Amino acid sequence: MTDILMPALSPTMEEGTLTKWHIKAGDTVSAGQVIAEIETDKATMEVEAVDEGEVLEILVPEGSENVKVNTPIARLAGEDSAPAPASKTEALKAETAKAEAAPAAAAAPAAPKVELRDPEIPADAKLVKTTVRDALRDAMAEEMRRDDRVFLIGEEVAQYQGAYKVSRDLLQEFGERRVIDTPITEHGFAGLGVGAAMAGLKPIVEFMTFNFAMQAIDHIINSAAKTLYMSGGQIRADIVFRGPNGAASRVGAQHSQDYSAWYAQIPGLKVIAPYDAADAKGLLKAAIRDPNPVVFLEHEMLYGTEFDVPEGDDYVLPIGKAKIRREGKDVTITAHARMVGFALQAAEKLAEEGIEAEVIDLRTLRPLDHETIVESVKKTSRLVSAEEGWGPMGVGAEVVARVIEHAFDYLDAPPLRVHQEDVPLPYAANLEVLSLPGVDKIIAAVKQVMA
Amino acid sequence: MAKAAAHKSSSSADDTKIPNTPQASKEDLLRFYREMVLIRRFEERAGQLYGMGLIGGFCHLYIGQEAVAVGVQESVKQGHDKIITGYRDHGHMLAAGMDPNAVMAELTGRIGGSSKGKGGSMHMFDTATGFYGGHGIVGAQVALGTGLAFAGKYRGDDSVSFVYFGDGASNQGQVYESFNMAQLWKLPAIYIIENNQYAMGTSIERSSSTTELYMRGASFGIPGEQVDGMDVLAVRDATARAVARARAGEGPYILEVKTYRYRGHSMSDPAKYRTKEEVDEVKKTRDPIDHLKMLLAAAKATEEELKAIDNEVKAIVAEAVQFAHESPEPDPSELYTDVYVEA
Repeated sequence: MTDILMPALSPTMEEGTLTKWHIKAGDTVSAGQVIAEIETDKATMEVEAVDEGEVLEILVPEGSENVKVNTPIARLAGEDSAPAPASKTEALKAETAKAEAAPAAAAAPAAPKVELRDPEIPADAKLVKTTVRDALRDAMAEEMRRDDRVFLIGEEVAQYQGAYKVSRDLLQEFGERRVIDTPITEHGFAGLGVGAAMAGLKPIVEFMTFNFAMQAIDHIINSAAKTLYMSGGQIRADIVFRGPNGAASRVGAQHSQDYSAWYAQIPGLKVIAPYDAADAKGLLKAAIRDPNPVVFLEHEMLYGTEFDVPEGDDYVLPIGKAKIRREGKDVTITAHARMVGFALQAAEKLAEEGIEAEVIDLRTLRPLDHETIVESVKKTSRLVSAEEGWGPMGVGAEVVARVIEHAFDYLDAPPLRVHQEDVPLPYAANLEVLSLPGVDKIIAAVKQVMA
Repeated sequence: MAKAAAHKSSSSADDTKIPNTPQASKEDLLRFYREMVLIRRFEERAGQLYGMGLIGGFCHLYIGQEAVAVGVQESVKQGHDKIITGYRDHGHMLAAGMDPNAVMAELTGRIGGSSKGKGGSMHMFDTATGFYGGHGIVGAQVALGTGLAFAGKYRGDDSVSFVYFGDGASNQGQVYESFNMAQLWKLPAIYIIENNQYAMGTSIERSSSTTELYMRGASFGIPGEQVDGMDVLAVRDATARAVARARAGEGPYILEVKTYRYRGHSMSDPAKYRTKEEVDEVKKTRDPIDHLKMLLAAAKATEEELKAIDNEVKAIVAEAVQFAHESPEPDPSELYTDVYVEA
């Protein structure tokens, strides 16, 4: 004997109207046969038999209103293979409620403490003056020589040699199988790249700028960042999305946005934003080797800047480790990408006035190395964050929140954030200067927290 | 609906006596019957579990479309080729050979589910059968599937990517970005448009300026054809032809498979956008399982043979339901696993 229960149209439905029976006692029903219709104020649904057998009894007559979900509405003769009894449903709901209460107990397991350090550069290592542009190029070339699964795809990366010449000579060395010009279709080629990564390749997807990646952000977040989790660990997206991010010069609002905070909020992504050429090389190599999706934010205004880079093809830096660029005891300044240069210049000028600033280059935004920041603030008791993007909900907001969480008692002044003015970036030269953060704004903020 | 289906390269139930119609052995027909009945019984049961509150969120059933996934699967080299689809994915997974227990337990959000309960109805994956999801964003699987095809060509391994999407997704921009690259680079992608006539509640006539979806690749030079999706043999044969081209390096192909979903878009469908008569007419005159039964009768399959399959399927589904009940919910420690691959 099997009871047919009042079904629900949705998990929130509690009762409904049994509008019509298509069967009567004595009929034989088969699996899949429509036996009744039910309705709520929102929808109607046909009820299909799941089991077969003879109808012994109709328990709830048609036209009955307010029939509670899981009430037996008819009885079939036949084996007891039955739908799960309502009591079991209740038991499961209780389990669910228990599990909902549980996460506090399960709260984020302390991440294994891994000491991340930059590799020692031997004293006799040769340092070569290299532009950020060439450091990025070298990183890609070295990793492509090392692993055939690595390929570069994007607009103008091959024959044109890169819109900003970052992929110069790669087509000549690796051929068109591995250096691939795409049509101007960010959404499509980002999705294609993620699909290729799911199939086991290691794509480097270049966006001509991250402004255009807004067309593709669905694939970066929904397809790349979430799939490992949604697949229970089965499918990974081993991919790097890279290109210039942030303001260029006089290109207007649509070509000048800093996306650091957007991507750094997403679990499943790693987000890197280097400043100098050595970090650009060492971190891009790390990003390519990393088995996770990595967003690698470059800065157009730094491409042509030269820095010392250790010679050799094995300079790989740890992802997730900030770097103290300048030591100081009076105030901590955090910055990433182009703002690091401004922070260092500000620190020089402040030193002339007797203020010793410690400058921390975040380098990686996710995971954020807050230990290094917190340790610094414990020493300086003052914090200024600097970023090129907008302030609200930004990288600085996160840095400040973490410092308050972990070093509140050490602070001698409210932390301050330096950032772009809260407007789309203007075109007019004077307004552009007014809008963007720079050395003066950092100095002003430091003086305010020192006051 | 029956009128709308232009049976271009396919047979209808009455054509079984015409010599030129697709042929299949009794063994093949019985196998198709088993797979199609498995999908239908599994989905009916999933619908029931949803109503009982054991399946949460969204649940999109495949009932009515069974002949499509089963017919296409005949061309899939399991573990070599790749399959990807959207959110109406249970039928594709069962046809691909995924374990019904793991699929049902994923629907109930249990640790025994194919994604340990962390994906749900729309997000299941299985590397062993080459099933790459299960994607909840309409049209996203088309670009991703084109990437799966790209990987096959990059490796030179003659694998093919089977990319399922619906008439609704066929209006998404990224579909055409993908078509362009697939044809430009001659990628081995088979685009299977399951035209079930409704994008959620909007009929194809109300959403699409041209409704002949097999033509949608024309401006890129991708050939296409319309197939009767209620006839498993028509689907099987059209897919085989498309796959032979793709494996030979001739590039992508579009199969517009005309089919019909019997149930609502999801479980909370008000069913106000089409008449009950329309649905009943399809069920009565074009049901893919009834059509297959006619082929089976012509092939002299006996009632006992079908009954034995019915019973086997019933047992498989009952076991899946039981497993989906008994498999525990994921341990709270699973909350923080699978966010990153440990480098």
